[in-house]
Amino acid sequence: MSDALQLEGVDRRFGDRQVLTDITFAVGAGRMTGFVGANGAGKTTTMRIILGVLAADAGTVTWQGAPLTKEDRRRVGYMPEERGLYPKQSVREQLIYLGRLHGLGAETARRNAADLIERLGLGERADDPLQQLSLGNQQRAQIAAALVHEPVLLVLDEPFSGLDPLAVDVVVGVLRERTAAGVPVLFSSHQLDVVERLCDDLVIIAGGRIRATGTRAELRASYAEPRYELRVDGDAGWLRDHAGVTLLDLDGDRAVFDLATGADDQAVLREALARGPVRSFGPVVPSLAEIFREVTR
Amino acid sequence: MNLLEAVRLVAARELKVKLRDKTFLFSTLFFLFFAAASTVLPALFAGGASSVAVAPGSVYEARLHDAGLEVKVAAEPEKLVRDGDADAAVVDKGGQPEVLAMKSAPGDVVRALSTAPEVRLLDPSAVDELASYLVPFMFALVFFFTSLTFGLQIAQSVTEEKQTRMVEILVAAVPVRALLVGKVVAGGILALAQVALIALVSVTGAQFTDDADNLLPLLAPAMTWFIPFFVLGFVMLASLWAAVGALVNRLEDINNAGMPVQLAVMAPFFLVIFLQDNPTAMRVMSYVPLSAPTAMPVRLFDGDAAGWEPFVALAVLALTTVGALLAGARIYEGSLLRTNGRTSWGAAWRDRELRSI
Repeated sequence: MSDALQLEGVDRRFGDRQVLTDITFAVGAGRMTGFVGANGAGKTTTMRIILGVLAADAGTVTWQGAPLTKEDRRRVGYMPEERGLYPKQSVREQLIYLGRLHGLGAETARRNAADLIERLGLGERADDPLQQLSLGNQQRAQIAAALVHEPVLLVLDEPFSGLDPLAVDVVVGVLRERTAAGVPVLFSSHQLDVVERLCDDLVIIAGGRIRATGTRAELRASYAEPRYELRVDGDAGWLRDHAGVTLLDLDGDRAVFDLATGADDQAVLREALARGPVRSFGPVVPSLAEIFREVTR
Repeated sequence: MNLLEAVRLVAARELKVKLRDKTFLFSTLFFLFFAAASTVLPALFAGGASSVAVAPGSVYEARLHDAGLEVKVAAEPEKLVRDGDADAAVVDKGGQPEVLAMKSAPGDVVRALSTAPEVRLLDPSAVDELASYLVPFMFALVFFFTSLTFGLQIAQSVTEEKQTRMVEILVAAVPVRALLVGKVVAGGILALAQVALIALVSVTGAQFTDDADNLLPLLAPAMTWFIPFFVLGFVMLASLWAAVGALVNRLEDINNAGMPVQLAVMAPFFLVIFLQDNPTAMRVMSYVPLSAPTAMPVRLFDGDAAGWEPFVALAVLALTTVGALLAGARIYEGSLLRTNGRTSWGAAWRDRELRSI
């Protein structure tokens, strides 16, 4: 994985409040990187620093190995957290305007705007003033605004908030096209289930410090307990007496338990089969929410 | 993309949005209507010369005729007046004319029959009283209203971008100064176009009145000078208005934050109107940048200013405008991205956030 965007030791304080401390993480080319943290953890401040909308007190932001310049930043697609387009202007006009401000020619800007409007399902409302659109459609317009100038890096602050599941799929489809072309995407969210489904990599921030980074699989593996779930036809209460088992949850025919290190999970399965039919047996993978709670504790 | 291109794009968007804004279009139409009405209507209502009735063979007929009055000859002039067929009648009363009218004395008839004493003015004024009162008022009003309304609109458009966070996308794309200058340029073009339209309508309307021939040649040099003063004065105030817009987060707060700038517009307006008869005050004000756009054209109109004076005043104004533009840009940059409440002028001045990146 080549690190397209790299933050190294970024600090920032507002007055006497330290909001970011030693922020270091990377966003790889073609990767969807979820940026997860509680409200006030420092996600938006970090993103603003990447965009150059805020300055860092210390640390560096580099793009493909060199400090991120003003010229690089013009090729970043940015979506601020709060809905940020002109309420009284039509979506199409604003997209063209933003495309041109980012240096596109008139014709390219028009074509890109039309494509995105089509792809994001805004066709019928594209020429209405933004304020007349539903919140979900405004959010789609916002995403289009971040994409219209063919950015080489996407920084999206809460891109999925306010979207229904279908809209999330549409947006994800559009973003996946970009990552497939090698564009790194950094997106923040506090909807952990959405992040869990979408991201390749994760960056977890709490209290202005990075608490964990890595691919989704790595994080899961490193925070996974040797935990299993068993579902049988009869009562699973016998597990209590099985060697090495710590029963965590028993609900008649369903049990969740931890196994002591060195204990054989297959021995548990054999015993279960000897006692009757087994409907399911397998390791429990921690959800992102659980990892998040664990990491930020 | 260079700065100029960015400025052009920003200004083009501002113009496009404004020209579709119904409030703006209606206010422009209203001003035009007002300008047309105020020049044309008085001439229409004046209703032309009085008609006057005289008895056949009256000695006064020729004099009334020469004065441009409509003369009606009738056996019983008084009856014509009573019937409303003539505004007045002139009869002979012991060798002296007597004017008969219904309610009020018809001034033009009385004048036609009187002999005015010869008058020799020792210090003749080029302009008549009324015009010399109205013209300063007009200049002051135009500058006051346009700089205030368009200034406020610039502030609103800045605050709107801040309120919607649009500005975060914009500053990542173009230099902050391009945003500021683009807005000022668009506001200036609209303001100038509106004033030019109003001037055109007024001048056209004035053709209907008899005074136009006297007034226009006098007004022309003052109007010509008014344009550069107006443009520079507008830019000076507009950059301050943009700074005001950047200081606040909500449109509702603009009035409060804009108080100092509003005073800077209002004070010269009233001072020029009230002190227009005080030559010393006017001379001083014609050099003070805030009042120069009004006071200097007025002095030129009155013929009080020497030929070199407008150049000096314009230079002073230009320098101040450059200063205001730089200060406005600094405040603008220092407060544009501060989203936690209202930023003070001082804090915005000291902030180096945007300049450091």
